[in-house]
Amino acid sequence: MVDTPAIAIADPVETLRRAQQGKSYWKRVWERLRQDKVTLAMAAVLTALLIMVIFAPWFTAHDPYQGSVLRRLKPVGFPGHWLGTDEVGRDLWSRMVFGGRLSLLAGVMPVFLALLVGGFLGILAGYAGGLVNSAIMRLVDVLYAFPSILLAIAITGILGAGLENTILALTIAFVPPLVRISEAVTTQARHLDFVEAARASGASTLQILRYHILNNVLGPILVYATSLISIGIILAAGLSFLGLGVTPPSAEWGLMLNNLRQALWVDPVICALPGVMIFITSMCFNLLSDGLRQAMDVRL
Amino acid sequence: MRPLLAVDGLTKHFPVRGGLLNRTQAMVQAVDDVSFTVEAGETLGIVGESGCGKSTTARLLMHQVPLDRGTIAFDGKAIGSREALSRRDLHRQMQMVFQDSYASLNPRLPVSMSIAFGPLAHGLAKPAALARAMDLLEAVGLDPLLFANRYPHELSGGQRQRINVARALALEPRLVILDEAVSALDKSIEAQVLNLLVDLKQRLDLTYIFISHDLNVVRFISDRVMVMYLGKIVEYGPVDRIYRAPRHPYTKALLLAMPSMDPRRRTQEAPLSGDPPNPINPPSGCRFRTRCPFAEAVCADVPPALTADDGGRAVACHMLSPGSGHSRA
Amino acid sequence: MAPVVSVKDLRVRFTTPDAVVSAVNGISFDLKAGRVLGILGESGSGKSVTLRALIGLLPPRHSRVEGHIAVAGHNVTKMSDAELREVRGTKIAMIFQEPMTALDPVFTIGEQIAETIVRHEGVSRDAAYRRALELLEMVQIPSAARRLKAYPHEMSGGMRQRAMIALALSCRPAVLLADEPTTALDVTVQIQIIVLLRQLQQELGMAVVFVTHDVGVAAEVADRIAVMYAGRFVETGPTDSVIRSPSHPYTAGLLASTVLGAAHGQRLEAIPGAPPDMTSLPPGCSFAPRCRFADPRCRHDLPGEYPLAADRAVRCLRVAEGEIAVTSPR
Repeated sequence: MVDTPAIAIADPVETLRRAQQGKSYWKRVWERLRQDKVTLAMAAVLTALLIMVIFAPWFTAHDPYQGSVLRRLKPVGFPGHWLGTDEVGRDLWSRMVFGGRLSLLAGVMPVFLALLVGGFLGILAGYAGGLVNSAIMRLVDVLYAFPSILLAIAITGILGAGLENTILALTIAFVPPLVRISEAVTTQARHLDFVEAARASGASTLQILRYHILNNVLGPILVYATSLISIGIILAAGLSFLGLGVTPPSAEWGLMLNNLRQALWVDPVICALPGVMIFITSMCFNLLSDGLRQAMDVRL
Repeated sequence: MRPLLAVDGLTKHFPVRGGLLNRTQAMVQAVDDVSFTVEAGETLGIVGESGCGKSTTARLLMHQVPLDRGTIAFDGKAIGSREALSRRDLHRQMQMVFQDSYASLNPRLPVSMSIAFGPLAHGLAKPAALARAMDLLEAVGLDPLLFANRYPHELSGGQRQRINVARALALEPRLVILDEAVSALDKSIEAQVLNLLVDLKQRLDLTYIFISHDLNVVRFISDRVMVMYLGKIVEYGPVDRIYRAPRHPYTKALLLAMPSMDPRRRTQEAPLSGDPPNPINPPSGCRFRTRCPFAEAVCADVPPALTADDGGRAVACHMLSPGSGHSRA
Repeated sequence: MAPVVSVKDLRVRFTTPDAVVSAVNGISFDLKAGRVLGILGESGSGKSVTLRALIGLLPPRHSRVEGHIAVAGHNVTKMSDAELREVRGTKIAMIFQEPMTALDPVFTIGEQIAETIVRHEGVSRDAAYRRALELLEMVQIPSAARRLKAYPHEMSGGMRQRAMIALALSCRPAVLLADEPTTALDVTVQIQIIVLLRQLQQELGMAVVFVTHDVGVAAEVADRIAVMYAGRFVETGPTDSVIRSPSHPYTAGLLASTVLGAAHGQRLEAIPGAPPDMTSLPPGCSFAPRCRFADPRCRHDLPGEYPLAADRAVRCLRVAEGEIAVTSPR
């Protein structure tokens, strides 16, 4: 207990620097993540995948666009093409690795863009409340009426196939759920005691958003976005499979699935390979987001 | 001398909505025509049970909730009107400490930032705001070297409440409202925090409004005390006089209901039966009449007025106003 | 007469991924029928955990219970779930701080009480409903017949508490465990429940273990008081003598910070420091870090319970050896 009048601290900046560091929320999340073997494994797998996909030329021996009529549909284990060749004679392994670039891009980019747009709208709606909230949420409800795959098909159907349109269509499909989650967590945060206390100190809306709202809502929103990536990858592959996404001769897992359908009776293993990639990648993202969500659910 | 805070006719009714069209089905008369003053440098205690309106009164004073009727004047200046104190300026003069020490702090910010946020929001530069935060940490008995960078979940309830006090003082207010600020603390910690509050009040020349359901604590810390029941003031006056010689039947019952500390003289009969009624559709006339052993016809017809004597006491009861029509008047 | 509740060296540990919490560290007491033991302690003292151990309500996977507990002749620590379910409600009953812990929101009060009676005593539904009505009247719920058909959310806090008491007493238990049943109530309601519980206890002759953090409440209900700190009893004795002349420094400090009315304007005698971290208790006396009488021995050696008189004991080396005497706050 201090009985004498408080003496002004001589050097507050220095004191702050020397003061004992506390364990912030994110540090606690990280500590919990470190103990979660499954999530760490998923992160490792995805990182490895990302490296392989970005530095594709280093990991592949063949040109993914170079076909050979003589070498069509060679099976797994064929000398020179360890995963075999596709229906035009292109090395399947190269196609898969290079294809990963587009598949991942088409799956992740829409979520990222939708996060920017949807997150902004949702936080705005959540904090403003009232008419602004109603306006934004009802607009979003209109889009929500359509199942995301149908919405994406409709949009690419109108705009045509191609990578950019795929990304645009999926972004539009993902904005509504992100607006919803952002609005929900922001509305919840708005009523918390410490936000009321911040308002009671006469702070402006921007200051409250910056210091009190954002750091509390971004976590859950990011975790939700991560879980959308696994859906995005499947949807992007699906659109390409239907011919509405990436166009030939580009390599992309969903497109490859479609092209290899004709080989189903010849060599089913090769047909399944792109599907396996889609499955693995989507699963990894799914488990990663689950692990993140669990790690972030820190009890007091 | 002009009181620091003058409240007149404060009224707040909350609508209860429901049904198909979300129509207002009933009104919760949380605070009804409440008027009181707070002198500079004193501690006004407000006591009452659930539904009495003490917390709503605090939120009305802090303008967290818009009032329906009534005026609030701080240091003579009406709040909200054009030429007088803006809400922003008011918040620099009047601050509040809440009951839930954990929920009152942003779990993502180190506590020094939580304290510094207020001054930052009012334009103080970051280094200066943090400097003030550290000063306040010292003032509330927490070593800045140990606590400045800690997070709320790493602190105990008592430490968190000290942080909340520091946060309330960061804007250098003149009046601090303490809404059940020590109620959730263990008794041994509560005593520490009460000592701190008394110290700070003296050192920083503060005025307190201390809201609590704990009659012992209110008696310890208050100079004057105000008793509320179902949204109305039933009695107020200097704390010793109220506790030693309560006049309103509810105040008497409240004091009698405190558990006896003496095992040889245990309470044999509860002074009141039933629960405090619902503030939705309160009883007509005197709101206490449904539990009052002395209720008569006039109590149901006419609400008793809060009549003050020149000793600084006031009571709202027909039994104590001659000519009211009550047989005991 | 054999005690109805007999506890010897009860220890409870909780294992969490981060640490091991030693919630209860060696509690022993006997309780005879018709007597009320008040366990007085602050948060983290282990008082609620003790109660839950007595009725077998601790989570089996994360908790380890050692020691001997005999309640109404049953060894609670060695019983299976099925056996415990038979004993709970009939021999041992518990009431809580929050009545909605015990009351199911989707059934009426009458249904819940009647169902319990039917299950444990095997009587017909009509007989059970009649008994439920008697119980509601016994706990002084006004318009009891009407309230039989009421749902918990339709009742006020005080009435819910009474309904919970009626439910607990429906099968005439020999032992009643009360976990801060009045803490969440308004002061005028609290005293009603206290008086009611005292009356019921005397009428039904139950043994009661009453946990509270409020000295006044303990003074009103308990015949004997056990003051609990860091999972151990630091002082036990008849309520009257413990409150009027406490012997343990913690008890004295607790009483001093509670008797506030007399100290207007002065400084309160606060116990410095904070309750200990239950994941890493200091060696020796757990109260030593906060005790102004502590000497090096206190920090090294864990004091045992020393008898002070026929029915009083204190867990303090220096008091036992007459080196210090704690002054009463009055």
